[in-house]
Amino acid sequence: MSRHPVARAALALLVLALMTPLVTAQDLKSFEERTTVHKLANGWTFILVERPAAPVFAFCTIADVGSAQEVPGITGLAHMFEHMAFKGGPKIGSRDWAAEKKALEAVESAYQALQTERLSPRPDPQKVEKLLAELRARQQEASRHIDENGFDAILSREGADGLNATTDADATRYFYALPSNKLELFAFLESERFLHPVFREFYQERDVVQEERRMSETSPIGKLLDEFQSAAFQAHPYKQPIVGYMSDLQSFTATDAQKFFDTYYAPSNLITVLVGDIRPATAIPVLEKYFGRIPARPGPPPLRTVEPPQEAEKIVVMENDAQPMYLEGYHKPANNHPDQAVYDAIDSIASRGRTSRLYRSLVRDKKLAFQVGSFSGFPGVKYPNLWIIFAMPAYGVTNEQVQEAARAEIERLKTEDVTDEELARFKTRAKADLLRAMRDNLTLADLLADHHRLYGDWRELFRYIDRLDKVTKADIRRVANETFRKGNRTVAMSVTRPAATETTKEKTR
Amino acid sequence: MTRLMTRLMRHALPLLLTILALPAAAQVDRVDDIRFPPLARFDIPQPQRIELENGMVVLLLEDHELPMVEATALVRAGSGYDPADKIGLAELAGRVLRSGGTERMNGDQLDEWLESRAAGIEVAVAEDAARVTLNSLKKDFPEALRIYADVLRRPAFDAQKLEVERNRAIANVSRQNDDLFPILFREFQEIIYGPESPYGWTETYATLGAIRREDAVAWHRQMFHPDRTILGLVGDFSSEEAVRWVREAFGDWPRGTGTKTAAPAWRDRVTPGIYYAEKGDIPQSGIIMGHLGVRRDHPDYYALEVVNQVLGNNSVSRLFSNIRTKKGLAYAVAGQVGTAWDHPGMAMVFMTTKVETTGAGIEALLEEIRNLKARPPSEAEVEAAKRGLLDSFIFRVDAPRRVLGQQLAAELHGYPRDLLSRYRAGIEAVTPAQVRDAAARHLRPEEFAILVVGPNQGQDKPLTTFGKVTPVDITLPQPPERLRPKSGH
Repeated sequence: MSRHPVARAALALLVLALMTPLVTAQDLKSFEERTTVHKLANGWTFILVERPAAPVFAFCTIADVGSAQEVPGITGLAHMFEHMAFKGGPKIGSRDWAAEKKALEAVESAYQALQTERLSPRPDPQKVEKLLAELRARQQEASRHIDENGFDAILSREGADGLNATTDADATRYFYALPSNKLELFAFLESERFLHPVFREFYQERDVVQEERRMSETSPIGKLLDEFQSAAFQAHPYKQPIVGYMSDLQSFTATDAQKFFDTYYAPSNLITVLVGDIRPATAIPVLEKYFGRIPARPGPPPLRTVEPPQEAEKIVVMENDAQPMYLEGYHKPANNHPDQAVYDAIDSIASRGRTSRLYRSLVRDKKLAFQVGSFSGFPGVKYPNLWIIFAMPAYGVTNEQVQEAARAEIERLKTEDVTDEELARFKTRAKADLLRAMRDNLTLADLLADHHRLYGDWRELFRYIDRLDKVTKADIRRVANETFRKGNRTVAMSVTRPAATETTKEKTR
Repeated sequence: MTRLMTRLMRHALPLLLTILALPAAAQVDRVDDIRFPPLARFDIPQPQRIELENGMVVLLLEDHELPMVEATALVRAGSGYDPADKIGLAELAGRVLRSGGTERMNGDQLDEWLESRAAGIEVAVAEDAARVTLNSLKKDFPEALRIYADVLRRPAFDAQKLEVERNRAIANVSRQNDDLFPILFREFQEIIYGPESPYGWTETYATLGAIRREDAVAWHRQMFHPDRTILGLVGDFSSEEAVRWVREAFGDWPRGTGTKTAAPAWRDRVTPGIYYAEKGDIPQSGIIMGHLGVRRDHPDYYALEVVNQVLGNNSVSRLFSNIRTKKGLAYAVAGQVGTAWDHPGMAMVFMTTKVETTGAGIEALLEEIRNLKARPPSEAEVEAAKRGLLDSFIFRVDAPRRVLGQQLAAELHGYPRDLLSRYRAGIEAVTPAQVRDAAARHLRPEEFAILVVGPNQGQDKPLTTFGKVTPVDITLPQPPERLRPKSGH
């Protein structure tokens, strides 16, 4: 079945070794034999992993930029750029680039004129109307040059699988899989994408993103998370919603997007991991040829703002028509901190599975909640962030009842050691997670890219196993005591608006 | 193919392959200039099929890449068989099947046994079947399989655990109107399949309150038999040893008594028109429209795969390109003629859009459907769609787990065992005329039920513009007295 039995055997060996605590140095070694890191002269890092189980490959490109890089006025722009990265370029999706370029410049000046009037102290409605009509005319003109056979159309026709991208608070990811004979297509499209992005249909796409924001508001959890984030952080941009504020989505421009791209999409800020049926000897020349065309430029400036220590407990209460929801979070260090494995242990012991403390107490025994969870790294992982727990109260149960029971479990982590079984269960499951991630090209590509971004070395994915093995019960108590303090806490809860329950009436189905 | 041609192919092809595989001398400037070397040959892995004496069908597929094994049992015990006064029985009983433990190991012990080995047994109930899965490391698998067999054959249905799961189900009912999308799809299914069809049902406080432990026990006694079960194993084992394990765990499971479970019924025809459910606290309207689709074995299946590509299955489809990319009316917009294994799926298109463009959204969706007739998919559109389906087919079969999953479903519903390997030929044979005819046959806008869920103020056009409006009441009924929250905990 496999064309490369040797490589497959090596992988099997590696993972077998992973499951036995004795030989961690060697696991890494066997994985290293199939992994090639190649950094281009312009700074773009490529990591290639040979996994020739089937004639396919997947890739994940991580740009080290997210909503944390935004400032008021351009919130949502990192995500907006991600959308624009599907619009093609001069060679992809244009009938006549020279004419289109001109038309796009005309759209942008029409928009700038409209914007100036709209945001002036006393906008003249007639003038706004006229400028709006002008913009529509320019957009009409620009759309005539669009070749519908653009970026998505090519990939769809060529059998790409899982074509998508995501933006979070500190990273933007682009990914899909292709049959392995289409490596050159990948190289052409993905290099064109970041060589010279084209902001065609920018303002139509901005409308789409506004709809995306509205859609998140059709779910009460989306609204509660917005309020929670903005309360928990007072200075760091993690306070901003990833999708952006509506007013910014209605006013940032293609010029803003170009500036954002120039700053944050320097090749040195990009990492691409390819996993699958690829051979470095033939792939690297192709990568050099296409991605090497992008000129080097200085990387982005570091983020300056550091979240100051929290001095007061914060409590947010949102009234709406929905059933109650409970959420609380505590500030913790960035995920590259040596204690991250301890936070992961706390996370796992607190809420993973039916043996977890929150599940057993709140769901099984007290029946106060029907769903509990925790998460170590909200809303991002690169900068100091939050450890959060959430609980969905059972029918008729209040947030306060859930809070009391959850707090009891959190206190117990501070005052009593966890059991040997709990600690062992955490370690066994974390190792198995890594093993399971290896079954899928894209999952593996994503994990390696993320570790290389955060730690500067993909090997940290494996070294983490050593770190988690060293977590002790004393570590857990120490970190719990450092973290779970009243003054370090933000609570957010959604409560049912009193009026909403009065309309309840009998209905037969 | 003539013999000469075959010989030519055999000898010339490897040479050609070598030449094409050499790195191109210069970078291309246009996508069309890229020459793809032929894709390496890949054979779809074929599971071994055996049938035990008690009627249980077993599919085995070795995959030695990682030291793990997965088992999946599809049992004909889906929610489609729920009694009308106990809607939610299969889902609830299915959850307790796992959480309630077995005769030999109570639920808590089972949780600990599995989680300390990074293993899992889970149950997911769909309309057609209960899917009971096991995954574990290779070294734990033989013992895990025995426990898994106990879950399937000898569940304890612990009364305490039943209450935990009922609690969850009741809470979910109380939250049925909190999010837009679940309302949209739930109410639309009821409109399409009819309120008397299991495909249109939603659990209520009353139906969940009526379920007793005896019902779960009876559900298991009636449905869980080897001759109603398809079992699949994939992972790091030798088929020989796996057959032995399976025989030990399931060989003495007695065949069922053949009690018939009536197949779910549904309405043949929807009542066309506008349906409206009010949800006031959101900034968008959800719009969904359509009628019944077809079963997967319909002769138009392959043509419909192409229709769906053209219409709304991806980011270059007409719906996405016209309504999202060009008009900026929606973030979420999609549609397809849906197929299901054992009953007609739903032919539907949907979107969410700001309240102020509700009318424009309805019009845009209808226009795309009408345009399928007025501007039928061109030869180029059909070609691009077919090529995309053919070239991405590898991703349906590139992992043994995925192949086994599809084979299990085909086996459960009595579809040909070579269904997967027929797919490519099926798509290749589709012509533009077939695509046009299939689109016209299976998307009939004059028969559409159109459901809108959202605020009742601020729309650009009254809904009556589109026809007579039937209100849909989504108000939750009061729960029966004993399920009501007690005050002062």
